[in-house]
Amino acid sequence: MSDLNQTLEIRSSPHIGSGHSVESIMFNVVLALLPVCAFAVWEFGLAALLTLGVAAGSCVLTEHILCRRAGRDTTVGDWSAMITGLLYGLTLPPGMALWMTAAGGVIAIVVGKHLFGGLGSNPFNPALVGRAILQAAFPVAMTTWPAMPEAKFTSLPSATLAFPFTQPTYDAVSGATPLSGWKFERVLAETGDLLLGTVSGSTGETCALLILLGGVYLAARKMMSWVIPVSILATVAVFSGILHQVNAERYAGPGFMLFSGGLMLGAVFMATDMVASPMTPKGCAAYGVLIGALVVVIRVWGGMPEGVMYAILLGNAASPHIDNLIRPRVYGTRPRKEAS
Amino acid sequence: MSLLGGKTFAHGIHPPELKDETKDLPIRQFPFAPSLVIPLSQHIGKSAAALVREGQEVQRGQRIAKADGFLSVSMHAPASGVVRRIGLTPTISGRMSPGIFLEPFPGSTQEVCEGVPCDPATATPEEIVTAIQQAGIIGLGGAGFPTHAKLKIPEGKHADTLLINGAECEPFLTTDHRIMLEHTDYVMDGVRIVMKATGVKRAIVAVESNKPDCAEALRKAIPQGEPITVEVLPVKYPQGAEKLLISALLGREVPSGGFPLDVHALCVNVGTAAEIGMLLPHGAGLQERIITVGGPGVKKKGNYRVQIGTPLRFVLETVGVEPDVSRVFLGGPMMGFAASSLDIPVTKGTTGIIAFTEREMGGGGAPKRHPCIRCAHCLDACPMFLNPSMLGRLSEGRHFDRVVSEFNLMDCFECGCCTFVCPSHIPLVQLFRVAKSAVRKAKAKAT
Repeated sequence: MSDLNQTLEIRSSPHIGSGHSVESIMFNVVLALLPVCAFAVWEFGLAALLTLGVAAGSCVLTEHILCRRAGRDTTVGDWSAMITGLLYGLTLPPGMALWMTAAGGVIAIVVGKHLFGGLGSNPFNPALVGRAILQAAFPVAMTTWPAMPEAKFTSLPSATLAFPFTQPTYDAVSGATPLSGWKFERVLAETGDLLLGTVSGSTGETCALLILLGGVYLAARKMMSWVIPVSILATVAVFSGILHQVNAERYAGPGFMLFSGGLMLGAVFMATDMVASPMTPKGCAAYGVLIGALVVVIRVWGGMPEGVMYAILLGNAASPHIDNLIRPRVYGTRPRKEAS
Repeated sequence: MSLLGGKTFAHGIHPPELKDETKDLPIRQFPFAPSLVIPLSQHIGKSAAALVREGQEVQRGQRIAKADGFLSVSMHAPASGVVRRIGLTPTISGRMSPGIFLEPFPGSTQEVCEGVPCDPATATPEEIVTAIQQAGIIGLGGAGFPTHAKLKIPEGKHADTLLINGAECEPFLTTDHRIMLEHTDYVMDGVRIVMKATGVKRAIVAVESNKPDCAEALRKAIPQGEPITVEVLPVKYPQGAEKLLISALLGREVPSGGFPLDVHALCVNVGTAAEIGMLLPHGAGLQERIITVGGPGVKKKGNYRVQIGTPLRFVLETVGVEPDVSRVFLGGPMMGFAASSLDIPVTKGTTGIIAFTEREMGGGGAPKRHPCIRCAHCLDACPMFLNPSMLGRLSEGRHFDRVVSEFNLMDCFECGCCTFVCPSHIPLVQLFRVAKSAVRKAKAKAT
């Protein structure tokens, strides 16, 4: 007969769980990002590898140091700092001065995440906060696309290794990105090239197919809201399609709009940051429409060629309000009265 | 109702079913424990009043406590023996409660003593309702609401459909499964008696699709033309929750704070129906019930007929447990209550006894908690369409007024879906229970 005198553990129900954890979700996001990163390295060589490595490293290290300074267990193991680092790195021009990359990584974690209270409390996507501040601080470096040397896997553009706190110098600059080409020179890139990513652009902003693949993987595993990217992309397609119909000379078509610049990466991986996006499917749809509309407005009428970053940050700012306005009807209750 | 896969409710989850180990094991009589404790309060409502003295000899089935008021039921002796004392016993709620300590005679044949039979063919609805109260029958699904109180339809209300709940959506539990298979006729008798007592014209027996054998057995037991149908529902938790069963089968929503009767429905568990069908024609009382004993910590898993009042320790010692049992709870793993002591007795509301070991099912400390990452999995799981994330945050911050007025906390019935899916392992249900009890206390003080 067994001994039944041991201490019993008492816990509130339920006594079983789904087995999902923050770590498993975040780790799968990292997995989904890996092909995008790998493609960036294949496309841009050592410069992209260093950009991504320094971006991820600076974010993870900052997270670790902040936790230790606060006397808490390190939260590096939840992979969220890694995601911030990779996403942030993917938005930078490959071969950007590494000291700037590192500075932005520190800013992303300190200002974008821990100033608000760390994981779960950040109102904005930390990677985009890092990028936005960098964009304000170093507008030239953030929009200059150094040309990759011939031997891209063994050598670097001169700007990459610029001494900290000095302005990088560029020995050669690559051609315009598809978006700036269209905005300033009215040159339209081929949609096929955009899909495959064989165009100039930020580290991870180029291969739309791999980004979509990662998104489909996450959505299939229910680790990402598919409503957000779908509604963003649909809004951009419809809005730009209408504009294109009105004046094809002045406004680029939906194919170009969808697959150029940071839209794919932003729609699939950035706007879907769980913490900074709404919680209900309807709210996610409203949020997606807002971001999609802002992207088109900024790209078409704004002063900059690209608007995904600001569109998402504005969407993030709106998401608590969206959650407040769009609430599911609780079972057994009447629809909520207006302005209650 | 969904377009694909039959009738069901919106949201909910798919926990592992974990029923394979016991679903094919026939119900077996469990041995009598050397001492039994019958708590006087096993139901929602007023405790029963003891009818016996210390030292008195009682016969199995004899009434030992009587209903004290309308929302109260009788208790019957689960064994022939001697009343040793009447005193406090630990219960699963954590409180000590008065109970009758009974010592069965070791050599007794344990014949059941029967009372005045209630013949459903001739009895009036009032007589049936009284007989159900006399038989000590309460909802055997676990909530413990006195059945007769449910069947007494107040003036001005009416019910058009009786739903017999055989969903048994909790993992591990297979008692209703076995009852529907082995006691099909008692279930149907019970359904007919309840229909007569309430005047309801049609009944639907709801079974989840993982029990096709039950659906078949039930259908066979219904003669042509009788207004009783069997509906097979997709497997989804918490399908067996009254309100959701009504939504799935009738497409009606029970209003917040209301009862099934508000949408002209009545719900009775299959186990309860079987007891009504079994006990009433003999005038007998509820003094034993069928329980699933299982979980990774139990050696001889099975479905047993166990005397009310059998201490958990006796049950677990008899079936044998693994050496590293760390958690024992009554009921299923989604809504069951953890036992703090093995001296707690089996009661009328006990559907199962599940034991976990340290190795399996997450024994050995709660999983690491993270901050809420607003992943919204809980919103997608909540069958009541609440916002558990927000409720958890506000409950933890003790904003009890807002959780109720703005976020409908009181509509939560603690099914545990939110906590099951939460990747941050936030003990949401626990936070809600604390908040609810604080709200109730504040309300009681105010009035």
